[in-house]
Amino acid sequence: MTDLTQLTLAEARDALRSKSISASELTKAHLAAMEQARALNAYVLETPDQALAMAAASDEKLAKGEAGPLEGIPLGIKDLYATQGVRTTACSNILGDFTPQYESTVTSQLWRDGAVMLGKLNNDEFAMGSSNESSSFGPVVSPWAPPEWSQDKLASALKGDKKGLLVPGGSSGGSSAAVAAHLCLGATATDTGGSIRQPAAFTGTVGIKPTYGRCSRWGIVAFASSLDQAGPIARTVRDSAIMLRSMAGHDAKDTTSVDRAVPDYEAAVGRSIKGMKIGIPKEYRVDGLSAEIDQLWLKGVQWLRDAGAEIVDVSLPHTKYALPAYYIVAPAEASSNLARYDGVRYGLRVPGKDIADMYEKTRAAGFGSEVRRRIMIGTYVLSAGYYDAYYVRAQKIRTLIRQDFENVYHAGVDAILTPATPSPAFGIGEMGASDPVEMYLNDIFTVTVNMAGLPGLALPAGLSAGGLPLGLQLIGRPFDEESLFSIAEVIEQAAGHFKPQQVWWS
Amino acid sequence: MMNATVDPKKLIKGATGDWEVVIGMEIHAQVTSKSKLFSGASTDFGGDQNSHVSLVDAAMPGMLPVINEECVRQAVRTGLGLEAEIHLRSVFDRKNYFYPDLPQGYQISQYKYPIVGEGKVIVDLVDGSQITVGIERLHLEQDAGKSLHDQHPTMSYVDLNRSGVALMEIVSKPDLRSAEEARAYVTKLRTIMRYLGTCDGNMDEGSLRADVNVSVRRPGEPLGTRCEIKNVNSIRFIGQAVDTEARRQIAIIEDGGTIDQETRLFDPAKGETRSMRSKEEAHDYRYFPDPDLLPLEFDQAFVDELKSHLPELPDAKKARFMADYSLPAYDAGVLVAERVQADYFEAVAKGRDGKTAANWVINELFGRLNKEGKDVTTSPVSADQLGAIVDLISNGTISGKMAKDLFEIVFTEGGDPLQIVEQRGMKQVTDTGAIEAAVDAVLAANPDKAEQAKTKPGMLGWFVGQVMKETGGKANPQSVSDLLKAKIGLE
Repeated sequence: MTDLTQLTLAEARDALRSKSISASELTKAHLAAMEQARALNAYVLETPDQALAMAAASDEKLAKGEAGPLEGIPLGIKDLYATQGVRTTACSNILGDFTPQYESTVTSQLWRDGAVMLGKLNNDEFAMGSSNESSSFGPVVSPWAPPEWSQDKLASALKGDKKGLLVPGGSSGGSSAAVAAHLCLGATATDTGGSIRQPAAFTGTVGIKPTYGRCSRWGIVAFASSLDQAGPIARTVRDSAIMLRSMAGHDAKDTTSVDRAVPDYEAAVGRSIKGMKIGIPKEYRVDGLSAEIDQLWLKGVQWLRDAGAEIVDVSLPHTKYALPAYYIVAPAEASSNLARYDGVRYGLRVPGKDIADMYEKTRAAGFGSEVRRRIMIGTYVLSAGYYDAYYVRAQKIRTLIRQDFENVYHAGVDAILTPATPSPAFGIGEMGASDPVEMYLNDIFTVTVNMAGLPGLALPAGLSAGGLPLGLQLIGRPFDEESLFSIAEVIEQAAGHFKPQQVWWS
Repeated sequence: MMNATVDPKKLIKGATGDWEVVIGMEIHAQVTSKSKLFSGASTDFGGDQNSHVSLVDAAMPGMLPVINEECVRQAVRTGLGLEAEIHLRSVFDRKNYFYPDLPQGYQISQYKYPIVGEGKVIVDLVDGSQITVGIERLHLEQDAGKSLHDQHPTMSYVDLNRSGVALMEIVSKPDLRSAEEARAYVTKLRTIMRYLGTCDGNMDEGSLRADVNVSVRRPGEPLGTRCEIKNVNSIRFIGQAVDTEARRQIAIIEDGGTIDQETRLFDPAKGETRSMRSKEEAHDYRYFPDPDLLPLEFDQAFVDELKSHLPELPDAKKARFMADYSLPAYDAGVLVAERVQADYFEAVAKGRDGKTAANWVINELFGRLNKEGKDVTTSPVSADQLGAIVDLISNGTISGKMAKDLFEIVFTEGGDPLQIVEQRGMKQVTDTGAIEAAVDAVLAANPDKAEQAKTKPGMLGWFVGQVMKETGGKANPQSVSDLLKAKIGLE
């Protein structure tokens, strides 16, 4: 029997429909792979009983010809998504063993369409981070390893302090690692400043952050409400298109979700891009951009030109202000969104001599250092006397960034091509320890997209000199995810797929 | 502007001269709605603890607020009732602070861009004068839950039933100049909202609470430093709090001290206000627009539609009662103070003499209801019954005296007034033959007095009384008097 975890989501779907495989055996194959891969720490909770029950139900539906679009497809769920009766922690100690009585809108749509839940995936605590190192469950190890390392060295590092092994990106590091290591056919993720696209770029997977409002935020633990957006990470452009169709849609419970029909994204995969206008923003050619990233970008340009697209130089003049403005807006919202974790109603409570003491002890013990840092930044920028200087100005910059994109799209550009990250994946424990800004710079190409509320897709386009995946990013018009899938498919066809070394982690 | 000049009657005498008290109010009025401002949970009062709590109200992770459109309509209606500017675009902000009864860690409120702007309220005072109180703004916000400190020896419990219930905060300008004005203003505001059906105004249940800002100054001088008295929950206490606080401030200033801007609490048992927190201890609420909610926008047609369905409001009703029923301002004012009262009066007055109807409603009915601790809604006498009594008086079937007896019977026993009159023979005798016989009998029995009465018309009353006695009180006193005069030979 071939290894069922090697199928793409689309292949598995077709095989299930043709009854050449069963949902139960597909799920079992993934559960077995997960068990072998526990050292990667991608899953913080495995739900095999639930997975097998869901798979059995899918097999019944498949037998009756009542299969949903994702019938029998095993998926991993980022621990930021509330799952009814299944522990949901946002990978923070402050939520403890919190088990919601409710199911997020996005995951309930996935189950409606027949998907099977394998478990909950690791992430940076409250989705704050770019390496998955801030998780209360510890870091995730990328299935991509330094190529020059011997099997023995890898094995001992994996058992030991994990130093030198690579991060899978963040905050959706569990999602990207699980997808890249074939521990699920696809995973849900969330993106506030790049948390889908950067991990996808680091692991050679495909991730799309759709337009703000495309997916409901209801039931997803909030980080920064005006920036958070759900999206999938999968191994191919087609797979991510299939998943997004089930995840997207209007939800009356989220007033910021948009009432707009969800297109058949998969139909856009393979559509010609002849005549499309692709913008290349000069402001993304930042100082110190490595030659290999620049080369990759040029390759991407050439592939699109070869496919009949018209390449135009564009300017997004306020790009350089995006990262500092983002680090005002996102912490400001986070400082308020995380106020509910106070030890009163659920999650961790550390007793104190009075209510203020209880709050302080609970929050000091419950939140990790990165979360505490952002709460402090956010509290500071919203304080009386600083609000106008920071928050109000950041919002003005946000408007200017949005206008930059509007001007470009108004001039007839269909999509914008940029690098996804300024570098390939780095080693666990290597970055940000002394200077958090070093870590924040990972998001330099992705935050603008959240600030403008636009769709952005990251996909692998090549390998670095050190043999690690490098990604390109496509930025689209509002609600034009379809064009991104069409363009991404062209790049994917040209660049090929990128798989980590053989299973070295079991 | 009516308040620009200082009315000497309203000044407070201090040891060193007169003082003017300046009052502004923030009223928190619970919106009448089935469900909360941002969740579907019930707003019913008195449910079991934590029985009206949705996932949103409990601030579970990932929960999002969705605006309840009925609360928006109620706020707009109230704004229209205050003749205020309605803002077609307003913004919900987060007011951030930690408290166990505030599950989100922030209250969703409206800070910079409220739904309703400037308006006004006309307030009637006891002496018949009127003042106009400016409204600064009205905004929508969430109520907090309730901390329970008496359920456990060492812990406090929290009841979230009120958490997220919609409140309207109505901010007045500092246009009030006495405790009476403050009380009258809140009373009028409550009347308007009850007419509109936007707030039940039930202060016992906490549906209406007031934060009272008080400062004092020498007449004509700039505003003094104010203190805010939080959460005063009855109209009587509002008046007491104003007087108490004004006297406290005057005493401090007259002693050479200065007033510190602070938040205070009124203790009705001790009759004093106490410092709660100083300006330095004031929270920094870190207001910012709630990113979970889009700006609240509607068009003028939405406002116009609500406007077209507004009920007649107390000021308009009062004016109409004065014009249509020839009522004095005082009577009209009493009747319109509650919409149910005004409706009751109109039902009685319809097709009848307005003044008579008003007298019966205000003097007899309200007096009697008051004695029983009842109100119009629980009145044992319906408007139809009272109207029938009024009819029996005006068509001469019963006398005014008999009417009062009849009213008492209807009040205590119920029944159709006309039937009662017939069954109990309460009809006054208008048959002149019968009256004449009685008059003749009385005159015949008292020839001396009849003779004296010719020169002393004052004695007529004695004869009327005798005839009434003879007829068992059923004779029409006017007919008796007329006949007596004729027979004795007066006029």
